Amino acid sequence: MRIEELRERVCAMYPDLCPLFSIEFGDGAISVPLERVHSAAADLKEMGFDRLGMVTAVDRGEEFEIVYRLQSRDLRAGMFLKALVPRSDPRVPSMCDLWPAANWQEREVYDLFGIVFEGHPDLRRILLPDDWEGHPLRKDYVDERIIPRPDYI
Amino acid sequence: MAAIDELAEFLERTPGGGILLTTVDAVMNWARGKSLWTFPMGTACCAMEFIAASFSRFDFDRHGTIPRPDPRHCDVMVVAGTVTRKMMPAVKRIYDQMPEPKWVVAMGNCAVSGGIFYYDTYSVVRGVDEFLPVDVYIAGCPPRPEALQDAILQLRKKIATESISKRRTRPLVSDLALPTDPRKGDLLSAADADEEDEAPATRSVSA
Amino acid sequence: MVTEELTLNIGPSHPSTHGVCRLLVRLDGEIVTHVEPIIGHLHRGIEKMAENRTYLQVVPLTDRLDYVGSMYANWAYCRAVERLAGIRVPERAEYIRVIVCELQRIASHMMGIGSSAADTGATSAFLYAFAQRDLVIDLFEELCGARLTYNYVRPGGVSFDLPDGWVERCRAFTAQHPKAMLEIDGFFFGNAIARARLKGVGVLDPDAAVAWGVSGPSARGSGVDWDLRRDDPYSVYPRFDFDVPIGSNGDAFDRARVRLWECIESCRIIDQALDQLEPGPIMADGLPRLLAPRPGDAYDHIESARGSLGVYLVSDGSPRPYRMKVRSPAFCNLAVLPLIAVGHTLSDLLVILGSLDPVFGEVDR
Repeated sequence: MRIEELRERVCAMYPDLCPLFSIEFGDGAISVPLERVHSAAADLKEMGFDRLGMVTAVDRGEEFEIVYRLQSRDLRAGMFLKALVPRSDPRVPSMCDLWPAANWQEREVYDLFGIVFEGHPDLRRILLPDDWEGHPLRKDYVDERIIPRPDYI
Repeated sequence: MAAIDELAEFLERTPGGGILLTTVDAVMNWARGKSLWTFPMGTACCAMEFIAASFSRFDFDRHGTIPRPDPRHCDVMVVAGTVTRKMMPAVKRIYDQMPEPKWVVAMGNCAVSGGIFYYDTYSVVRGVDEFLPVDVYIAGCPPRPEALQDAILQLRKKIATESISKRRTRPLVSDLALPTDPRKGDLLSAADADEEDEAPATRSVSA
Repeated sequence: MVTEELTLNIGPSHPSTHGVCRLLVRLDGEIVTHVEPIIGHLHRGIEKMAENRTYLQVVPLTDRLDYVGSMYANWAYCRAVERLAGIRVPERAEYIRVIVCELQRIASHMMGIGSSAADTGATSAFLYAFAQRDLVIDLFEELCGARLTYNYVRPGGVSFDLPDGWVERCRAFTAQHPKAMLEIDGFFFGNAIARARLKGVGVLDPDAAVAWGVSGPSARGSGVDWDLRRDDPYSVYPRFDFDVPIGSNGDAFDRARVRLWECIESCRIIDQALDQLEPGPIMADGLPRLLAPRPGDAYDHIESARGSLGVYLVSDGSPRPYRMKVRSPAFCNLAVLPLIAVGHTLSDLLVILGSLDPVFGEVDR
């Protein structure tokens, strides 16, 4: 379905999510406060978003932005669900109870960013060795073994 | 006449008869070089080219090399692909399990020097020669199957310069924390330092 | 007498693990009671590296993600860049992208079916499949000079036009490929031993497949009727007429057979695309030398040989991406292994791993 139709449907079913829905680059995104993210995900799942495409995070300096990509077969649509997490206390409720697909994805975000998912059944590193120190995809990650690429452009 | 009778007649006619004069080294190196069984330590994209090289079109088998999955059967370890810090202890352990004489071929840019992953990564070992003694380097990303076959031919030439009377020592320069094999003690120290001039590693450049 | 459980370590270097995968298995006799895949042995930090390269310099990195399918990995990334920067790709480039992506799908499935066959012991099927794959790689080598990592699909179009005579050679390939597939279908999938080893092994329930995020032939083998080329169409796919093969039992046999039939359908798509191909430009006009899209984020996905491959890009206005995330189908498909392998024997475990067709460059990134 087209993105404007999707926005109307979301506004009809969940009016408090309506002002948080934005359309950019042809895609819809709902940015919710952290307390609302689990219930918003449950609401959207009931609406028809039966697939969790990906879970990822972006380091925005003072905060991390958690980005979920939700997809629906019946509605033939996909959209983002985003939330901001403070850097000093990065804890997010886990989505494993709604979509089991979140299991490995959240482990990867924990491994690379250090964000703790509360309620995750088995939160430990997945891509890096277990004794690795630090979270590499953070912008302030320092590692003397990295050789930075010379600036050719 | 049967062929065996012809052979017997031929040998009787040649000067010296049924005695062949050569060196033990020549025979040993000929035998070793013509039946190099490879251990495919394939981690990434180069492993696909290794598989292509050993299959019907490029046919590695005609050079006497058979890819065997068991390190104890193998002479050459072909490291094909990127080696990360997480994978490195496994590679070293498998290398230790291979019986002597053994050689290492670094296939592909990632195994030679880190390749495209040289800059900006936190988890890639920049070249397999940081922890293994490499005999032949193959450049390419990935190298063509013909380059891999050329490397085996170069390795054969290198083996022809070796001698069984001198032990091969492989001094390693590494700052990585390597696991030591508990059965052999500390592998990082060169046990016999009598062999100073070992044959230099050859470079095989892909088309 | 009492039996104990045995903990067995498989990998990371193992002939049947399709790459560097470590499996921690607990066995009760021969039956698997618990399996845990330990991945990350090929984690090279591509996402971190992408933050220090320009948008064009990231394209060779995407080649090395799913190295059995570089063309569509490039394409997924380029679609995300084009969405972010608002670039319109010319028609001829879109057709060429579809043709190379379908050829790449055939090459990837040849690897997938071949290694599934090798897991059950049928080496001749592996050799036959690889013979077909080598023909595709010859076409690609003529097109862009490389055998495996092509760097061909670039943001805005494709890098080189089709050489003279390439279209005829491509048609010659698609003319003989379906017969070769039916031959493999006969002597491998019709073989009693292969059927005994693949049927009923690793059954994946369709609802579990959707909940666990499994996509591609691994989900379609269970009957999940979802293919992005038909249901969320992108590029010029709506102009083609093709079927999507669906399995019914969800076992390893169906997954492998879906891959085989997808190759035959890909030949149909390639033939139609070659018929509809018109002369024209292959790269978008007026692209700046250094792409610097306006700040924002975009996600785009394609149907790769393993499932839905997506790339999420965040831009901050500079010529380098602020964040690149690859939604890798092999990573999501592999998460379902503990669910479907428990209760089978050890030899079936490796057949099941092969039927999910993981490529560890993509799983570990």
